[in-house]
Amino acid sequence: MPQPIRIKDHEKDARLVRGRVVFGAIAVVTLIGVLIARLYFLQVIQYEYHSTLSESNRVHVQPIPPTRGLIFDRNGVVVADNRPSFSLSMTRERSGDWQKVLDVIVEVLQLTPEDRAIFEKRMRQGRRPFEPVPIMFELTEEQIALIAVNQFRLPGVEVVAQLVRHYPQGPHFAHSVGYMGRINEKELKTLDPVNYSGTHHIGKTGIERFYEAELHGQVGYEEVETNARGRVLRVLKRTDPIPGKDIVLSLDIKLQEAAEAALGGRRGAVVALDPNTGEVLAMVSQPSFDPNLFVTGISFKAYAELRDSIDRPLFNRVLRGLYPPGSTIKPAVAIAGLDAGVVTASSRVYDPGYYQLPNYDHKYRNWNRTGDGYVDLETAIMRSNDTYFYDLAHKLGIDRLSSYMNKFGLGQKVSLDMFEESPGLMPSREWKRATRRQAWFPGETLILGIGQGYMQATPLQLAQATALVASKGKWYRPHLAKTIEGQKPVDPDPMPDIILRNPSDWQKVNIGMQQVMHGARGTARKAALGAQYRIAGKSGTAQVVAIKQGEKYDRSKVQERHRDHALFVGFAPAENPKIVVSVMVENGESGSGVAAPVVRQIMDAWLLDEHGQLKPEYASPITAEATAREE
Amino acid sequence: MKNNFDRILSSEDVMRRRATLLQRMHIDGPLLILLLTLAAGSLFVLYSASGKSWDLLAKQATSFGIGLVSMIVIAQLEPRFMARWVPVAYIVGVGLLVVVDIMGHNAMGATRWINIPGVIRFQPSEFLKIIMPATIAWYLSKRSLPPQLKHVCISLLLIGIPFILIVRQPDLGTSLLILAGGAFVLFMGGLRWRWILSVIAAAVPVSVAMWYFVMHDYQKQRVLTFLDPESDPLGTGWNIIQSKAAIGSGGVFGKGWLMGTQSHLDFLPESHTDFIIAVMGEEFGLVGICVLLLIYLLLIGRGLVITAQAQTLFGKLLAGSLTMTFFVYVFVNIGMVSGLLPVVGVPLPFISYGGTSLVTLLSAFGVLMSIHTHRKWIAQV
Repeated sequence: MPQPIRIKDHEKDARLVRGRVVFGAIAVVTLIGVLIARLYFLQVIQYEYHSTLSESNRVHVQPIPPTRGLIFDRNGVVVADNRPSFSLSMTRERSGDWQKVLDVIVEVLQLTPEDRAIFEKRMRQGRRPFEPVPIMFELTEEQIALIAVNQFRLPGVEVVAQLVRHYPQGPHFAHSVGYMGRINEKELKTLDPVNYSGTHHIGKTGIERFYEAELHGQVGYEEVETNARGRVLRVLKRTDPIPGKDIVLSLDIKLQEAAEAALGGRRGAVVALDPNTGEVLAMVSQPSFDPNLFVTGISFKAYAELRDSIDRPLFNRVLRGLYPPGSTIKPAVAIAGLDAGVVTASSRVYDPGYYQLPNYDHKYRNWNRTGDGYVDLETAIMRSNDTYFYDLAHKLGIDRLSSYMNKFGLGQKVSLDMFEESPGLMPSREWKRATRRQAWFPGETLILGIGQGYMQATPLQLAQATALVASKGKWYRPHLAKTIEGQKPVDPDPMPDIILRNPSDWQKVNIGMQQVMHGARGTARKAALGAQYRIAGKSGTAQVVAIKQGEKYDRSKVQERHRDHALFVGFAPAENPKIVVSVMVENGESGSGVAAPVVRQIMDAWLLDEHGQLKPEYASPITAEATAREE
Repeated sequence: MKNNFDRILSSEDVMRRRATLLQRMHIDGPLLILLLTLAAGSLFVLYSASGKSWDLLAKQATSFGIGLVSMIVIAQLEPRFMARWVPVAYIVGVGLLVVVDIMGHNAMGATRWINIPGVIRFQPSEFLKIIMPATIAWYLSKRSLPPQLKHVCISLLLIGIPFILIVRQPDLGTSLLILAGGAFVLFMGGLRWRWILSVIAAAVPVSVAMWYFVMHDYQKQRVLTFLDPESDPLGTGWNIIQSKAAIGSGGVFGKGWLMGTQSHLDFLPESHTDFIIAVMGEEFGLVGICVLLLIYLLLIGRGLVITAQAQTLFGKLLAGSLTMTFFVYVFVNIGMVSGLLPVVGVPLPFISYGGTSLVTLLSAFGVLMSIHTHRKWIAQV
């Protein structure tokens, strides 16, 4: 260590630091001087101004909530709008003893102690000081008059007009558009407090929830001068709010009504979508409910009734109903088999009425116990032959089957803009190891081939898987919003298109599905009788695993609810698909007998004009050619 | 004459012996007196600002006690010992910040805490308020001064990592304090004026270019409301409008203790934490705040004296940085509440309610005391 240099350095360092200390001290004194100057300015020069300001604190900033965007169906019919409604609001700081004032309100309007408890809860949720808190909504003329007469006893209480969401179509769109409700405490914590400072409602489900940010808009505010009692004397400054964006849905109210009519009074779900765009044309989950009930706060009794009903009207069957897809999955499985090369269009399987794995005794039954003899792909789809698909699935194996089904959207969320969609379940080796800690058994692959076993899908996923067959693998995520303020929604996470080694495989499966409807031995030929266009379809049955709803006293009803769910998927016109329909009828038992006619009725409603003829825009030269070939 | 000389000697002796007692406990008398004064004043203001909450006072007093203990414990550590362990502490601190960052991501929200229920709960970012300047001081004290460009760059990297991690939490106030803590070491170490000025000169065109070519409209809007909170009267601007009214209405002598109206009518949000100076301004007026500023000034002055008298370079750099960072607390907080500076969450040292910041600040003063009382040649003072 060169000692002398160190000592020299040390002295130089000390000098350097001392210089900086002096500079720091000067800076500190100067900046404290700046602070004192600022305080002198506020407390001496502007004293008068601030003093009067604080004495009366007359200047208030009031938020102006933005007008929420409207929602229309694809033809411009209003689905959600805003209506003026009168509510009672109270400003705690102006009411003095606000608990006493609440007592007066309850007395004047002759309300119950329960109402008072709700008011008190709402008051306690208050946010900023001097902010009026709405405590009661939808005042009647009479109530407004009673408040006005007793105003002298009600300091800090006022009747305020505000816009409240209204759904003129009632239950039709409750499961797609959703509804709004009062902001609850949990939501309050995550919301931007500024942008929601004048807003008391928020989208709770559906489109209202998913596009909350777009629909809400940007808050405005005004600085107002008030008198001592809080009455606004004049507006000093105003910044206008930016209204929320309007949304045009792809849903068609006429098709929606037709779909509901086709279901009749039965419980079930319908999705209709355009395979060329992913636009959802109709979305029915029956029974439904009136979304207007939720907007200003549903009564506890009414809510309990909806929640506890055995028909489960609040349950969104389209997005959250999980069903084993049954035979409706066979077209997709057939594509997988063709593309993987384990079957060809002409390869055949002999069906004695059952299928047996080599070295196993267990017989996997075809639904037709007598067997269909030799079956090829087309016949297998037409007859919904289970034996053929057991064989196909066995040859394909679970790994390839699972990966192909994932490409069709099974086991994952498929929609672009639907709130709380269920991803369903497409099992795989890894899934079983992770969740059940068990190895995969070959038998489990077999029953997956006919859509049974662990597999679960929503009606929306079945519609999408069918749409992919119709569009020859082109992926468009199903979406409800056609445009948002004129802008098409953008898919932030597009799915890759399904590209087959031999694209003509699509056509082979398509023909098979046409045979289901139009073939002489097609399982759903009755539903296609007299059709003006060719339909491709597939039926299915979903077994019900004991649903107990506390209905033990009514035996016949309980049994009815143990019957299988009827499924049907299809698209039309088969050679130029314009509409894909997926139908689930709860406890409907027969896919081809019960669900297929529903699909047909919906297709007719969309494709035929008022004279019962195919609309010219849906006719295509290919149809004629296909008919000719058929003959 | 001799008698007189003896008297002087003996009185010096008494002084010296008293100094030795505190010296032996490694406590700096002037700092201790100033800190106790501030603590007492803080409880008075807090009583009013919290709406006469004894509960809050008890908590604050407890935190102060814990802080004092931690200050005395830290003052016992030799600066050489600190310098040896600082690099390890830095790595641990940054590691904890990464843990918080990952946990925050998993919880889908901001989190600043390491929380092992029932065992310990603390903010790693607080820990870094002392470790950061100590690390840079350790690094530079081994190099020749003024620092070369290479060493400045490495120092900036050491500051940058925790800074970015804390910005991501997001906690702008703390991250700026940590940035200041590191930067002041460089400044005290004699960072060339040429470089300081050129960084400032370069910042202007870069920010102008960012504004016009890089930033989106919504980002510009955020910056604008940040710089001018009063343009957003429903959000942060509301606090500033109200705190200015509170301070301004206090006048020269204030409305008197417990007589403030703004704060007690709940007009003023956060009146007992970051905005407590508004309560002081309203109740004690310009005079009250000036007295507070004087105490701060004395604390800072003492800190700078300790800096100048420190015998090791590590001690000098660390003491200087801690003192200047303390001033940044004061300036940013009062500047923000009085509407001079943008709103960043920085508490008013020793006055704002909050145990964590109290313990950190007192620990920092513990470091100052350690530097001052572990000198080898006390006689030089």
